[in-house]
Amino acid sequence: MAITRREFMRGGVAAFTVSFAAPAFLSDLARAQGRSRQNLVVLYLSGGNDALSMLIPYNDAQYHARRPTIAIPAASVLQIGSDRAGNALGLHPRLGGLRTIFNAGRLAFIQRTGYENSSRSHFEGTDIWSTGDPRSPQGNGWLGRYLDTLPSPVDPLTAWSTAGVIPRVLQANRVGVPSIPTIQGYAFASPNTGTEVQFARDSATRIASHLPIDQPHLAFVNASSQAAFATLDRVAQVGTYAPTVTYPNNGFALALRTIAGAMVKGVGTKVFWVQTGGYDTHAAQNPNQANGSYTALMTTLNDGLFAFYTDLLNHGLLSDTLVLQFSEFGRRINENGSQGTDHGAASVMMALGGNVRGGLYGTAPNLRVGSDNPTLENSGNDVHYETDFRSVYAKVIDSWLGGDSVAVLGGNYRSGAPGIF
Amino acid sequence: MRAGSPIMQQRHDPVERERVRHGEHVIEHLLRRAGFGAGQDEIDDYLELGYAAAVQQLLHYDGVPDDVDALIGKSGYVSITARGEFLPRTVINDARQRWLFRMVHSRRPLQEKMTLFWHNHFATAYTKIAGALGADEGARYMAAKPAEDPNQVKGQIELFREFALGNFRDLLLAAAKDTAMLVWLDGRTNVRGRPQENFARELMELFTMGVDTFAETDVYAGARVFTGWNLARPSNAYYTFSYVAGQHDTAVKEFTFPIYSNGSKVIPARSADAGMQDGVDLITAVAAHPATGPRLARKLYQFFVSEVSEPDPALIAALSNTYYGSRFEMKPVLEHLLLSTQFVAAANRYTRYSWPAEFVTRSIKEIGWNGFSVNDALGPMANMGQQLFEPPDVAGWDLGTNWFSSGAMLTRMNFASQLATNQKFNLRDIGKAGRSSPEALVALMLDRLTAAPFAQEPYQALLEYVRAGGSWTGSDAQLLVKAPGLAHLIVGSGDYQLV
Repeated sequence: MAITRREFMRGGVAAFTVSFAAPAFLSDLARAQGRSRQNLVVLYLSGGNDALSMLIPYNDAQYHARRPTIAIPAASVLQIGSDRAGNALGLHPRLGGLRTIFNAGRLAFIQRTGYENSSRSHFEGTDIWSTGDPRSPQGNGWLGRYLDTLPSPVDPLTAWSTAGVIPRVLQANRVGVPSIPTIQGYAFASPNTGTEVQFARDSATRIASHLPIDQPHLAFVNASSQAAFATLDRVAQVGTYAPTVTYPNNGFALALRTIAGAMVKGVGTKVFWVQTGGYDTHAAQNPNQANGSYTALMTTLNDGLFAFYTDLLNHGLLSDTLVLQFSEFGRRINENGSQGTDHGAASVMMALGGNVRGGLYGTAPNLRVGSDNPTLENSGNDVHYETDFRSVYAKVIDSWLGGDSVAVLGGNYRSGAPGIF
Repeated sequence: MRAGSPIMQQRHDPVERERVRHGEHVIEHLLRRAGFGAGQDEIDDYLELGYAAAVQQLLHYDGVPDDVDALIGKSGYVSITARGEFLPRTVINDARQRWLFRMVHSRRPLQEKMTLFWHNHFATAYTKIAGALGADEGARYMAAKPAEDPNQVKGQIELFREFALGNFRDLLLAAAKDTAMLVWLDGRTNVRGRPQENFARELMELFTMGVDTFAETDVYAGARVFTGWNLARPSNAYYTFSYVAGQHDTAVKEFTFPIYSNGSKVIPARSADAGMQDGVDLITAVAAHPATGPRLARKLYQFFVSEVSEPDPALIAALSNTYYGSRFEMKPVLEHLLLSTQFVAAANRYTRYSWPAEFVTRSIKEIGWNGFSVNDALGPMANMGQQLFEPPDVAGWDLGTNWFSSGAMLTRMNFASQLATNQKFNLRDIGKAGRSSPEALVALMLDRLTAAPFAQEPYQALLEYVRAGGSWTGSDAQLLVKAPGLAHLIVGSGDYQLV
């Protein structure tokens, strides 16, 4: 026998050993939990979306005066009407697909969403939007807390992050949400073949079932392995999905394609997370130029969402789907010296789906600087919020997910919620 | 998922608990934390020195030759894969390979470890630099070594390597003038009248004091401080820092925290020619700010000591005092940390969630590398969530539990499988020393892979894996299956992800 140099066995500790329920059972369970035909796709535009370049108050003279190089000319915007205050609004010229969805009555813009004393930090701002708690943005996310209200046991595939990480939004106490960026990589490999592969998988599954209570950090890592083993086979089914449209070949669109596949294959997922980055447009934002960074962002957003919308429409799944978009903050009204914009305050949210009552919610900011202008803050530099973002969450939890927003959000934020359903 | 009732596990000793030499545990711990793990030869070398001297050798790496890059492509070392000429100064994929090679083979492991720490701290992503300046130039300003560049350009990672254990205030100043940083946080376009807030905000929020220690007005004033800190392009050959006096905002800048040692919060109006001093003053002030020392100390604690235990406030205070007392020198801070009782405490072993770079490097060092190319680790690392030179944003990677989603964990398991497959014959030969029984083979592999001690249930799972499929003979053919199989299972286990 070889001489060992260390203790390689631990003894005498208490542990939970978790056995696996059959995936089919869990899938049935997921369908039975809540109003499971209603899927939520949360879309995060990371970096702080410049709402004024996306939903443009093109008749506001100050919009053009304060953004001499990056304002989009009125003639170029895709006009979509006026809000209830009479502000004429238009979409970025690359959002033609979204205009089609808007005109079909299935896309809502909720203007000036945010909260008091908006954080200008990406990281704190993202945590606030993730937890729904501007005062103490720590701990689990609002959707994680929602998942924790579902009856036990919760199927690990109830939620699905298409990013490589689990965002704070989906951090929960009682369920480890899987991250599945690609279907192909989400499979079990072995150095051997034949029956050895199953032996290895059995062993790895058993190793992962060890959740020692005196080592929560090890239990956490093993739980992420468990979530993998409990979802592998169902996720593999999604790999055979053949969409009805051609999705653009970029990470965002391919994530949406995967989500459509998961819906069509009925793997039991209720909440999806998708994100797309590059919105921190401090420089060379140039929304008017084909090579400007904001133009590229809008192209990616529009083309991906429109393909997804069309695919779901073709499958008859649009009425089962809600896409809810947010970003951690809006941007400064004045452009900076780099044809970009710095960190600002309130931004815009979108809700898209077959059951969404489309339209323009809230009112656009008046971009005139003046102490008598309540739509701005920070000496007129930034857009002040009008709709508390938590009221939108409350509406989604209560009216779409079939949950209790007061319990999930830790307070009643129902008043002032836009009537998007 | 159903949680069963807790069961009390019995002590299980299939082999004698024995340490061949005193102190081996703690040396291995030191090399996992202050380096990237170690093969047996390295462990033996450091063991001979003893713990205190090993720490000194890691800290004072200037005495150790920096010859690792010359070993690239030589036999006996992990391989690289070049498409044509191997050009880390202009091809980012090659730069990634060179860095992984260094992590595996550098004889200055703490320098590499701190380089990785600073890369995460001043997180700068290649994609934006390449998008602005082109792919070759992007790799150049991230990774070129002055000796290999026609204009002696020093890529950002070389700056971090140079200052790995250097003076933090000097590092801040160098980072503020770094070409990649000036592109990344848009300093190159920060000009008088149209200040650019990106760098000033992150200087305070992420690089030094931390969120909620300053006001928005500090960001606005800070942006004006760095107006004119732009880029020039001498002889149309390369980009380099240039203070453009005509673009500097010369007016007074007021802050909410002291800038000068006399307590003054005001950077005075200066002539444009003298205006670069504004930035030097602000950088010195944020390095000296009372929140910066404790924040760095906590970040170092989490990187080197534990992500599970809370730091002893006295240790944070001591590290912080060392930082201020030495006028921002990192070497004495690290010395204090590595010699602290908390660092060596047995309870703090295996309490850090390994970064993908740590996991991949350690597994290569412990499983073996002959015939394995670090190029084949790059794709898996990206799927584990860490592509070198491509942090997700300026706050760096999401650490700790954030590395461990199911997808990322599967990628780690599958990398273990890929490496074990590649090293199949090597592992078979290693396994021969454990061919007497399944227990002996499991003991041998656990020992080689320096995993945290396994509890009974997972240990039994390994044992039954070896026994599965037929009676044990210990033949070469059986070892060729089971030794790589065990390496896969151990390196893919939850236990192994903790360092």
